[in-house]
Amino acid sequence: MAVTSYALSEPRAGASQRGALTRTLEDERWLALVLLLPTLVLLGLFIAYPFVKGVELSVTDTKVGVAGNFVGLSNFLALANDSIFRTAVWNTCVYTVVTTVFKLALGLWLALLLNRHFRGKALTRAFILLPFIIPTVLSTFAWKWMFDPTFSVINWSLFRLGLIHGRINWLGEPGLALISVIIVNVWRGVPFYAISLLAGLQTISPELHEAAAIDGARAWHRFWHVTWPLLLPVTMVVVLFSVIQTFSDFQLVYVLTGGGPANSTQLFATYAYQIGVGTGLLSQGAAISLAMFPVLLLVVIVQLLYIRRVETL
Amino acid sequence: MARIHRRKLLQLSGAGAVAAKAGGIASILATARAPAYAQTASVHWLRWNDFVPASDALLRKEIAPEAEKALGIKLNIETINGNDLQARTTSAIQSGTGPDVICGLNNWPQLYGESVANVDDIVEEIGKAQGGFYEESRVVANNGEKWLGVPWCVLGAMIVYRKSWLAEQGASSFPATWEEYRAVGKKLKAAGHPIGQTLGHTFGDAPTFTYPYLWSWGGKEVEADGKTVVLNSKGAIDSVKFMADFWKEALDEGGLAWDDTSNNRAFLSGTICATLNGASIYLLAKSKPDTYLDDKGKPMFEDMAHSPLPKGPGGQFGYHLPMTNMLMGYSKNQKAAKEFLRWITSKEIYGRWFNSQQGYSVGATTVWEEDPLWKKDPVMLPFRGAARAGRFPGYAGPADRKAAEGLSKYLITDMYAKAVQGTPAEEAVKWADAEFKSIHAA
Repeated sequence: MAVTSYALSEPRAGASQRGALTRTLEDERWLALVLLLPTLVLLGLFIAYPFVKGVELSVTDTKVGVAGNFVGLSNFLALANDSIFRTAVWNTCVYTVVTTVFKLALGLWLALLLNRHFRGKALTRAFILLPFIIPTVLSTFAWKWMFDPTFSVINWSLFRLGLIHGRINWLGEPGLALISVIIVNVWRGVPFYAISLLAGLQTISPELHEAAAIDGARAWHRFWHVTWPLLLPVTMVVVLFSVIQTFSDFQLVYVLTGGGPANSTQLFATYAYQIGVGTGLLSQGAAISLAMFPVLLLVVIVQLLYIRRVETL
Repeated sequence: MARIHRRKLLQLSGAGAVAAKAGGIASILATARAPAYAQTASVHWLRWNDFVPASDALLRKEIAPEAEKALGIKLNIETINGNDLQARTTSAIQSGTGPDVICGLNNWPQLYGESVANVDDIVEEIGKAQGGFYEESRVVANNGEKWLGVPWCVLGAMIVYRKSWLAEQGASSFPATWEEYRAVGKKLKAAGHPIGQTLGHTFGDAPTFTYPYLWSWGGKEVEADGKTVVLNSKGAIDSVKFMADFWKEALDEGGLAWDDTSNNRAFLSGTICATLNGASIYLLAKSKPDTYLDDKGKPMFEDMAHSPLPKGPGGQFGYHLPMTNMLMGYSKNQKAAKEFLRWITSKEIYGRWFNSQQGYSVGATTVWEEDPLWKKDPVMLPFRGAARAGRFPGYAGPADRKAAEGLSKYLITDMYAKAVQGTPAEEAVKWADAEFKSIHAA
């Protein structure tokens, strides 16, 4: 009998526990919290903690292996008088703006081409993604060989075609070095734009284009008045991600030039690494990294506001 | 036949195990020694991928098993790319876990002075037994109060050149002064064989050229007090003016973009006539005589020779890359790691590694100048005493963190890079001087 009563009483207790949990989760606020919890934990561990740690480092005089004392904003004030930092700020802005414009233009053009029907479309789309799939360090090493001042295959080809008579010092001339790293960044970034914008294009109903065509709209007008407004929200999100990634780019410049010659390709991230790791001045490295933050925050706010406005139209 | 049931078997085997265990403990108590398996501590040694692969092979295949026999330790040797070594060291120190011993470059012992263990006893013992340390090895590994690591070696940097090409232009021996080097370099460039030198952001070949070049003109970053910046001097300005002309007249102008491997490729492909480098170019050409040929189809290594950098008005100097084994403060194996460092740097064991280097690196102590190795190949002879003329960035001040900051920001290299790109010499020196002043003011 005792066994029977135990067996009967257990489900009741379990049912009452489950009932309490179910009742709690029926409240949408608790359910939302529970569902968001894994994301919050991940964001907290991998985004918030490093960011807070970075802020903490930037207001101290921490060095590798030496705990620092609070120094206020002196690391940031020191940056204002640092000529290499000013060069890095200028280079980073030029690098981000120019690459973003080219990546958007070429990516959109590619997306429009890929949105058409032709034989081998799937294969072409796969190939387009290659620059994005190959690890950046590997592809950048390949570019480094192509830009090599002595053995450049680009120079050799141009020379054979009779287009140049001397050597182009791709990574050795300050202006050309920055252009070269921009070219590699554009090459690597275009597939991301193309595929993302292609996904956006495929959500646009062909009927809208047909209706516009029946009304007499030419190709350019159909693009400008139908495609572009509908693609704009996706474009803004893609540009937002791209700007953030480009602004904090490191690998590409580190492998190609190390920030040289004479800091002509020095970016925020490469300079922060040089100071933080090369010299062991962790707090100054963190301050250089965080100097990017207000600019990026402004870009993000402006773009998010714009996206919201576009979506509510 | 008697059957053994499961229960019986468990009883028997359990009793056996207990008996064995009791016997083991009894014997341990009797001998007062831990069993062999409990004694085996492991020491994790982090190094760069050696430019002489035979040395890494020797460490792994012969030295590591011998360490286990001689010291009863398990030696775990890890080699990584030289460019990644500092990031790895930083993360190990910050996380308080990682390799027990790190073979650092340059003045890293000074950078990480608070995170390394005291090794005074080992270093004093080795210095006394092996003829004393070179000044360059001492300044990077000793902060004036204690040794921050055990000096391991010095990587000599010499100019490797093509004898026949220089002879064709009238230089039967290597030019002794910068003026002579520029004169012959001008003719060589006109003949299609420029001198090769990087002024890019690369940790080896660029600073090992630009610092001694500056010193040879009488220029220096700071006074001996380590605080007074004196870069903006006549010597430095003269050196920059000379470099701007030298670059256009005699050097391969692609060098602004070169990394530490570019000059190796350019030399071995017969593009350049001379370049400052470790002995790796010569050693590779010698190891593959059928691959690297000169313009007459003969092995290129037979037409190669080494020389120190030329003299300037201020003297003749070199900056040879020092390497130091740092015993990390966070290591849980301090005793075993110390014993390992004493053993690996002892004359008998170190001598084998030194010989595997074939002269690519010289010992950190002077005794290795007398090694029979130097009688094997006269082309390698200039490396023998190279470390004697060695100075370290930061001269005439200490090789401290501020010296490392100037080095890692490539200030001296960029001073010359700016000038060869058209910045007036006075302006380039003024810029670098201001940067050094802001470093020393902090």
